[in-house]
Amino acid sequence: MSPGAAHNGVALELRGVSKDYGGDVHALRDVNVQIATGEQVAVVGASGSGKTTMLTVMGTLERPTSGEVRVAGRDVVKATDNELAGLRAHEIGFVFQGFHLQDGVSAVENVASGMLYTGMPVRERREAAREALERVGLGHRLEHRPQQLSGGERQRVAIARALAKRPFIILADEPTGNLDSKSGQEVLALLHQLASEGATLALITHDNEIAESFPRQIRMLDGEIVADERR
Amino acid sequence: MSIAALRRGAAPRERVPQDTSRLAPHELFGVAVQGLRTRRLRAALSALGIAIGIGAMVAVVGVSSSSQASLLATIDKLGTNLLTVTPGTQFLGSAEVLPDTALPMIGHMSAVENASAVYGVAGAIVLRTPYVPSEQTGGIGVDATDPQLLHTLGDTVSSGQFLDAASESLPTVVLGAQAASTLQITKATGHLQLFLGGTWFTVIGIMKPAILDPALDSQVFIGLPVAHRVFQTQPNPSTIYVRANVNQVNQVSGLLAPTADPQSPDGVTVSRPSDALEARAAAKGQFTTLLLGLGAVALLVGAIGIANIMVISVLERRGEIGLRRALGATRRHISTQFLAESALLAALGGVAGLIFGAIATWAYSLAQNQPMVIPLYVLIAAPVAGLAIGAIAGLYPATKAARLSPTEALRSS
Repeated sequence: MSPGAAHNGVALELRGVSKDYGGDVHALRDVNVQIATGEQVAVVGASGSGKTTMLTVMGTLERPTSGEVRVAGRDVVKATDNELAGLRAHEIGFVFQGFHLQDGVSAVENVASGMLYTGMPVRERREAAREALERVGLGHRLEHRPQQLSGGERQRVAIARALAKRPFIILADEPTGNLDSKSGQEVLALLHQLASEGATLALITHDNEIAESFPRQIRMLDGEIVADERR
Repeated sequence: MSIAALRRGAAPRERVPQDTSRLAPHELFGVAVQGLRTRRLRAALSALGIAIGIGAMVAVVGVSSSSQASLLATIDKLGTNLLTVTPGTQFLGSAEVLPDTALPMIGHMSAVENASAVYGVAGAIVLRTPYVPSEQTGGIGVDATDPQLLHTLGDTVSSGQFLDAASESLPTVVLGAQAASTLQITKATGHLQLFLGGTWFTVIGIMKPAILDPALDSQVFIGLPVAHRVFQTQPNPSTIYVRANVNQVNQVSGLLAPTADPQSPDGVTVSRPSDALEARAAAKGQFTTLLLGLGAVALLVGAIGIANIMVISVLERRGEIGLRRALGATRRHISTQFLAESALLAALGGVAGLIFGAIATWAYSLAQNQPMVIPLYVLIAAPVAGLAIGAIAGLYPATKAARLSPTEALRSS
């Protein structure tokens, strides 16, 4: 929760990062990015541009083939698997396009299980989950199961899950991709608002209109950054 | 710095506890339970395989222990201190004869509590009436004996009474259990008579089955004085039954032959009928081993079933595995989760199997009218065996799950 002083105001840093999965295709080529604490960044690109790979590298789910990655001040390349798991448990919140909620389990339990690996006692987890669900406007849907919720509501549960542990960094992969435009707008507004309360937000999208709502946009093509614009 | 670390005497490079990923054992249990609960039918079906295997083994052990226990209880009740003395067979097969002094000599041994003899009555055929053809003996033989026999055998009568000091001189007869049923006599009322070698004998009693020497069941017994009078029976015993002092059975057993026939002790055979029953109990144990082997095969099939289901489960749950990794689970957390699910599944199967097996044992014991016995170790071994089998069956799928790339969660949407 406490980012600590080690990162000097830098939440995410990729230096000369390349990633390939064997063969000629390079998912990332010599990517250099620095994202400051509290910044809100959209990574825009067509499918196959490497933006999802960038997110998995930023989220420490994958290590780069070469280059240097620092997340919350931690050197990802040198860290052990268990250290990275700990980093993800405490400092990184993921929001996926497909929600990835557990069926047959209530919203509160879904959000609480997002903090399962933090070592927080279950009572505290449930308390934090309730609070987070209220923050995303689902205080009246605590005991509902995912099947009983609309798409927008499900994504809000997923956002609550990412936020409940008050992570340092939120990584969102096409969070509005499965939603109609109205719920998409609401979810996006929610992410902006919650992130502004104290987290760094990196969001991946192929949609320029969504990217427009971010103060900083990183454009990708064929694994390379082609533009890094701030408004 | 955590309090625990301070107590340990802080290491120089202390890791901040907040940065580690952790999963307490009880949380792991919760995750495993939830994993099974969301796939109930599948869990139940794959646990069934283990339940059948363990159930079969529990039933085999239970049924054999129960019948063994009932045999041993019988042996206990009848005592292992009964010895029999019979004439052996001489060289060239001619029968030996016990001297008429054998019974009083044995009766005087200090460690002998009780001794009785039976004497074969030659030429006596048992018939309901004189009109029945004399060839139809029904395999029933006639023995003469003393009133002590019933007591020495530890047997009782099911109806009427045994011979006594008065009736042994009168034409009265007591029937062995099998002989009574062959003659279709169920009660000794004192009014019924049998035609024994030309003389009417009154039926005064029917014995219960003589478990230690079942050969007696197909005999009928008359008193020695009347046998001597009517059939000129010789006072050479065909079998002497001896109750020895419980603590000196072996010594008595060794002395019986020279005591019975000091001139030719080699012509005397001494045996202990309870040995045969004990051998039967042991034989039941042998049979159990074979059936247990069959149960183990069923269990192996069940284990393969669980491994199979878990492999499929891992493939299906790639998304969940990726999500858990994204939420901070280590590879070890993932593998222990699948291992725990599989072990829990099989342990539940083991408990169910224990219940099936106990019910089967109970039903069998009820039908056989014998006490139900399930050895205590089975109660512990059944669920533990399930747990161990599940853990082994889950080893490969768990490793497979832990090796999966965490990016699957992002891809499989």
